[in-house]
Amino acid sequence: MLVNQFLLLGAVLFCVGVYGVLARRNGVLVLMSIELILNAVNINLLALGSLQGPQAAVVGQVFALFVITIAAAEVGVGLAIVLLIYRNRHSVDLDEVDLMKG
Amino acid sequence: MIAQNIAFTILAAVATLAAVRVVTTRNVVHAALYLVMVLASVGALYVLLVAEFVAAVQILIYIGAIVVLFLFGIMLTRATIGADAGLDNDQRWIAAVTGLFLLGVLTFVLVDAFGDDRLPSLENMSREALTAERGTGAVGDAIFSTYLVPFEVVSVLLLAALVGAIVLARRE
Amino acid sequence: MLENAWIIPAITFASFWLILFLGKRLPKHGAEIGIAAVGAAFVLSCVAVAQWIDRPATEMVTAATGAGEEHGGAGEEHGAEPEEHGGAGEEHGAKPEQEAGHALGQVRILAAEADGEHGEEAEHEVEPIRAAVERNVTWFSIGGIDVTVGTAVDGLTVVMLFTVTMISLLVHVFSTNYMHGDVRFTYFFAALSLFTTGMLLLVVSSSTLQALFGWELMAVCSFMLIGHWWEKKENSNAAMKAFLTTRTGDVGLLVGIVTLFFAAGQTFDIARINEAALSRGVPQTALVVGAAALLIGVIGKSAQFPLHTWLPDAMAGPTPVSALIHAATMVVAGVYLVARLYGVFWSAFDIGAGGANPVAIVGGITILIAAALAFVQRDIKKVLAYSTVSQLGYMVMALGVGAWTAGIFHLFTHAFFKGLLFLGAGSVSHAVHSFDMKADMGGLRKYMPTTFATFLIGSLALAGLPPLAGFWSKDEILLGAAENGYRFFEVLGLVGAFMTAAYMTRCVYLTFFGEYRGHGHPHESPPAITVPLAVLAVFSVGAGFLNAPGFELFGTLTENRVYLRAGVPHHPFEVFPAVVSTVVVLAALALGYLLFFQRRLPRGVTSRNPAARAGYGLLVNKYYLDHLYTGVIVGSVKGAIARGAYWINQKVIDGVVNGIGIASKRAGGWVYRHVDQEVVDGAVNGAGFGAEGFGGILRTIQTGRVQQYGALLFGATAVLALGLVIFV
Repeated sequence: MLVNQFLLLGAVLFCVGVYGVLARRNGVLVLMSIELILNAVNINLLALGSLQGPQAAVVGQVFALFVITIAAAEVGVGLAIVLLIYRNRHSVDLDEVDLMKG
Repeated sequence: MIAQNIAFTILAAVATLAAVRVVTTRNVVHAALYLVMVLASVGALYVLLVAEFVAAVQILIYIGAIVVLFLFGIMLTRATIGADAGLDNDQRWIAAVTGLFLLGVLTFVLVDAFGDDRLPSLENMSREALTAERGTGAVGDAIFSTYLVPFEVVSVLLLAALVGAIVLARRE
Repeated sequence: MLENAWIIPAITFASFWLILFLGKRLPKHGAEIGIAAVGAAFVLSCVAVAQWIDRPATEMVTAATGAGEEHGGAGEEHGAEPEEHGGAGEEHGAKPEQEAGHALGQVRILAAEADGEHGEEAEHEVEPIRAAVERNVTWFSIGGIDVTVGTAVDGLTVVMLFTVTMISLLVHVFSTNYMHGDVRFTYFFAALSLFTTGMLLLVVSSSTLQALFGWELMAVCSFMLIGHWWEKKENSNAAMKAFLTTRTGDVGLLVGIVTLFFAAGQTFDIARINEAALSRGVPQTALVVGAAALLIGVIGKSAQFPLHTWLPDAMAGPTPVSALIHAATMVVAGVYLVARLYGVFWSAFDIGAGGANPVAIVGGITILIAAALAFVQRDIKKVLAYSTVSQLGYMVMALGVGAWTAGIFHLFTHAFFKGLLFLGAGSVSHAVHSFDMKADMGGLRKYMPTTFATFLIGSLALAGLPPLAGFWSKDEILLGAAENGYRFFEVLGLVGAFMTAAYMTRCVYLTFFGEYRGHGHPHESPPAITVPLAVLAVFSVGAGFLNAPGFELFGTLTENRVYLRAGVPHHPFEVFPAVVSTVVVLAALALGYLLFFQRRLPRGVTSRNPAARAGYGLLVNKYYLDHLYTGVIVGSVKGAIARGAYWINQKVIDGVVNGIGIASKRAGGWVYRHVDQEVVDGAVNGAGFGAEGFGGILRTIQTGRVQQYGALLFGATAVLALGLVIFV
């Protein structure tokens, strides 16, 4: 198998995720898109690890596991934030969250 | 080899289509279910890359925990169950252009860098040798020896996230 | 006990958790645990002192360019390692600055000969000292480097252990009464225990990384304790200020530790860093950078000029905390760090060469500016706070002029009399419920005889009147400065001594003499407060004799490898400089007596004489340093740039998109009105115009919508990646 099969799939997932992050209005959907991005990263880690031989393959797996752990943490905090926004504004519409407006 | 390629093609197609549906569907709950499809096929791809422990974790943590968390999030924010036209914002086209541009750049870079590089063939290895080399045991050894400190740091991070999530979501 | 010094911080650390979890259920709300734990730590520290005194002097050390042979004494814990480095000094033996160091080493030996006590050792050109007891365990290995934790106990450490645990114990006892009935009584004792742990951890640690832990632990605890009564906004502000100001310095400390880690060959071990620095096995540039960065950390922590502003504000905390922070912990941590890493400072700034160096300059400036500020304070604790800053200046200056023993000795004696003064001030405020000397005190000597007597002893010790403790240590510093070629700093020190004696006279007069100006009936404090005062008074009288001529126990006890390897010169007591400083102090006391007691003060001098008024204004406003920090630095970030961007956006979004000419004219006007009035002019004007220029571009982007920012981010990244692929 070509390594590029995996890397390109990763690139596709990444870009789809980026699109989702940028285009979705619902906070929960944005978080889902971020998961797509993180999965793309994991595919890359594993594929490039395998390419470099057995030791690197293990390292790639270890880092993929770290990424999954951090994704879990991120979703927990992210959903808490979305929930807080919902509680304060009765909407998870990110277009309305523009406190950073100068 | 052929079988692997067929498997890859099917899984990649499912993952891609499902991913596109995640970001385009008008139904929030459907998005979560499509996300399950993406995650499951990516997990299967991990098996193709001889990373069965990561695949198992992918199924357990992602599908078992994270997607459930998403469904809770959808429920608690009382999103419209069913079609909702207002899920996308008005910069969809900017986002599409950015995404496609990024994809173009990435494709160019990857093809340029890796071209026809093949993954090392593992056909001739015995199952035992493969397990010893990159199986769950090897991953565990690596985590608890070389990567012990990062592992501990990640556990502290999880704790911090836990506390943070409680603080954020708790009602006064 | 010397091998197991880790037990001492461990006890107080355990006490912290016990008080936290069990404190509220106990009859004394946790105070008994704290006192028991610190008491045990104190007893163990005394054992450590005794064992250190008993320890045979076996280790032979020569100055870095001396004969060069190293006899690791029998059974020493760090046997093989120093030898490798020991030779390094010889290879570069021809360097001129080392010859200077060698010469100073000779001076020291000659001095010892003249002293008559160490004559027989002097014949061998080396004399044995007590070897430091080190014990390290590997904490973790990362990237092939073993990071160790452990204890390194030598004379300096046991002195610090003794001082810290003793002051902490007395503060604990004092607090049982002073804090009685406080809402967060238990919490207070827990924080005190943790604070003590931080300092103890710092003094026993054998590596810079571990020392950093203790250092930061103290920073956190000082934040908690200074802001103990956080319900009042100014108290929590003071806590924040203390935390952030010391944090500013800590950036320097961190940079210094990392620099020295690489400079000394990837090690955090203090002994090895010192050895590497002294044997000149380190590039001089790296050494200077490291030492300068550490000095910034010391400036922040030990409240040296110009980062001293947090310390007077830290008086917002309860008085026992002030006593603990100012006498034995926190602020002396910086001084301790310099003393501990003395090899680095000695080599980097060429302290042996005389003249001037950054350490001495910082200390010297601090002595004078803080002493001057002490004259205009109304708050008794602030007088003492500035006095502490000034005395810390003495210690830092002492280390800067090569008077190592004197600096440590002053730290030691200062802990007693400054602890005494703070607790005395606490006792006074306990009686009159105020800290304002001018409004609520006066004539208290009749009502509070014990407090008065002990406070007077503390003041005279601080002023440096013989034969009290402050005299011996201050005199040693001045002598060291003079003998090591730092004449200018000796004069600075004498001026400082004069000022110290004068402002303490003022403070004592305002508090204890004249007519009582407050309300109610002040009364003497209960034994839980007076007993610690009495104990400290005894030490304030007696501690100085430890290093008195003919006895010199302190000097020989604290001698360590670094000190000898560097060839730090040693000067015995001399009569003439002591007489000079005594005369200066007496003159200051007499002047103070005339000015304050006899009212011979020319009245209204500040309202009639413009120069005097300007000087008074400068002092009352603390040299405008706080204005500089909050007004200019914070203000230019918060006020000018942020508000400028805000203004531009508001106008733009309101649809008032006028021509560039009008906009720039208005912006210019706005900048003139606001920036000029609220912030200093000059450079900030430029920033305002710059912001105006960029505003034109930024206005379309600043929508506040994260996803637009995200689109820009990803798009820009892709473009840059494309550029990277194509052009690189």
